Amino acid sequence: MKVGSNLEKVLADGHFAVTAELGPPQSADGDLIRSKTKHFRGFVDAVNITDNQTAIVRMSSIATAAILATEGLESVIQVTCRDRNRIAIQSDLLGAAALGIRNVLCLSGDHQSFGNHQGSKNVYDIDSIQLISIVRSMRDEARFASGDEIKVPPSMFIGAVANPFADPFEFRVIRLAKKVAAGADFIQTQAVFDVPRFQEYMGMVRDRGLDQKVAILAGIIPVRSVKALAYMKSEVAGMSVPDGLIQRMASAAAPKAEGIKITVELIEQVRQIPGVRGVHLMPVMWESSIPTVCEDAGLLPRPAPAGLSSVPEATRASATTPENLSIPTS
Amino acid sequence: MRQGSSGPALEFKPQIVAFCCTYCAYSAADLAGSMRLNYSPYVRIIKLPCTGKVDPLFILKAFEKGADGAFVAGCLEGSCHFVNGNINARKRVGYTKGLLQDVGINPERLEMFNLSSSMGRRFAEICDLMTDKIRALGRLKIHEIETIEAASG
Amino acid sequence: MIIAEQKPFQSIVENLAGYNRVLILGCGTCVTVCMAGGEKEVAVLAEQIRLYQRELPEEDRYQIVEATIERQCDREFFAPVEELIKDSDCVLSMACGVGVQHISEHFTDKIVIPALDTKFFGATEEPGTWVERCAGCGSCILDLTGGICPVARCSKSLFNGPCGGSQEGACEISRDVECAWQLIYDRLKTLGRLDSLEKMIEIKDWTTARDGGPRKVVREDVKA
Repeated sequence: MKVGSNLEKVLADGHFAVTAELGPPQSADGDLIRSKTKHFRGFVDAVNITDNQTAIVRMSSIATAAILATEGLESVIQVTCRDRNRIAIQSDLLGAAALGIRNVLCLSGDHQSFGNHQGSKNVYDIDSIQLISIVRSMRDEARFASGDEIKVPPSMFIGAVANPFADPFEFRVIRLAKKVAAGADFIQTQAVFDVPRFQEYMGMVRDRGLDQKVAILAGIIPVRSVKALAYMKSEVAGMSVPDGLIQRMASAAAPKAEGIKITVELIEQVRQIPGVRGVHLMPVMWESSIPTVCEDAGLLPRPAPAGLSSVPEATRASATTPENLSIPTS
Repeated sequence: MRQGSSGPALEFKPQIVAFCCTYCAYSAADLAGSMRLNYSPYVRIIKLPCTGKVDPLFILKAFEKGADGAFVAGCLEGSCHFVNGNINARKRVGYTKGLLQDVGINPERLEMFNLSSSMGRRFAEICDLMTDKIRALGRLKIHEIETIEAASG
Repeated sequence: MIIAEQKPFQSIVENLAGYNRVLILGCGTCVTVCMAGGEKEVAVLAEQIRLYQRELPEEDRYQIVEATIERQCDREFFAPVEELIKDSDCVLSMACGVGVQHISEHFTDKIVIPALDTKFFGATEEPGTWVERCAGCGSCILDLTGGICPVARCSKSLFNGPCGGSQEGACEISRDVECAWQLIYDRLKTLGRLDSLEKMIEIKDWTTARDGGPRKVVREDVKA
């Protein structure tokens, strides 16, 4: 066990893991976050907190994760390379670890032209693969990117993203291999709608033996309307949505129920693919679908949560660790 | 065919400059003459080997030196004697309209036309068309100021 | 070469208000090639200003003088226009930002204003289209990427392959922008060098780029 986070433990114990995404509010409203915990507690192994997703300013990932920690939920903080340089990122990781956060997902980040502050300067001091290598050397070698020693290193379970549906297709597995070589422990993929293509991708992954080195969680987006699905098909770069699914949603008498049905089917299909160790749910503005999806897909009950009290010795050295937060023990 | 622009005596005599290519527009103008067609006397023709020779600078200088309107007349598209001189001319006319707009001159005072050498009547029609348009738009403001200044000076 | 674009006409003339004699100074190198500030563009702008001025009251009009020199970034070309510059109370430089500053540095008592917005280092894709190619990062890695620069051409300056937004050769920000990493992948494939993509390109040292502060290059062997 490298870190001892709940997500790591669930995977290490051989369970099919379930993570789900929570988008923080575009405001300082902490209560809104607290009100959403009921959709996650007991249904998922860890909650992903996005980092200014689509370059729209939202409450910071780490702050949101800290709030969730007080509610007894484990988080996966997301860190993009768009807004922060290596100094700020390493600083944030030290703080996150001190707050008891133990999973981090490393991403490039959507370009700022998508968001609400399009004129902002584009940082990209490092890219996502370099970021993974930095987190790994902070954790395993207790060293900053500069080479300086870290007395109490942050212990993080390192995640990365993979997009089997973007181009160039053949290159996607090479990129995955680079992320694994850089230190990725787990992968969350872009949403799977096109199962055959995902199967093809996983075949290439297995050919390289990458499924043995990293835990891959298939991304799933529960869809509530044909409009949402069609939007993803035409407007979101890097997504592949079969027309058949659009037709199903279009002709459905009860779109939300049909959407849940499709989601459950997709989960069942990806679960059959060798090398897929879990699913990552991304219910855009529909967190309330999580309990139903997990129930119908036979993903419940979740293994008992490891709890924040099982933080490894190294990060407990200072006084600012989780003892100060009230967390239910498992 | 209208009786030309010789209606009731108008104070405003539009000054219109026409950049015409030798092979089509100028020939058409010649034909209009030999057919004894009656049309606007306010158009002054500048003969060019091809409308592709038209430079935005010529047009701007024409306006500077007293023109109230201008047009470029070349061969029908696809029949340019120099293959695509008239295509380039059209793009430049478009660009020059932008330059005129920048300085507050109505871009409609400049137009591009295409015709063949046998279209004498069409040439006359174009001249009348432009004359009517420029008359409606009036004397170019910058020339107006000078006329007033000259009159009161 | 340096690619620049003329500022909107209104913003140029706004800055010229109040002067008596304006020298419109063109540059014969980069901005001539990208058709923003060469001799021709000087002539057209001068003509536009003359037309524009006719609507201004007599006292607000200024004299316009036109000239173009080989390059405004090299002092050796200033001599032919020194007198013209001295006789003007404003120089409207149609050079890139470098030229504007270089003239300004050598004629410190003159108001020198830019007629162009300087954009990037680029090449002519075809007449009328100029594209960005180099970001001036100061430590070139084109040998690793098949001659295609990820710093300048990838919207996120990624060093290790495309992000998840690359689709059908296009960048996520727009279908009109090519994904640099798709291009790099295709080029390396053609060259039979795909294996070089397996290795992570190391974290960039940005001190050689503008991030490290304004830069200077010196050749001691050539200095006087």
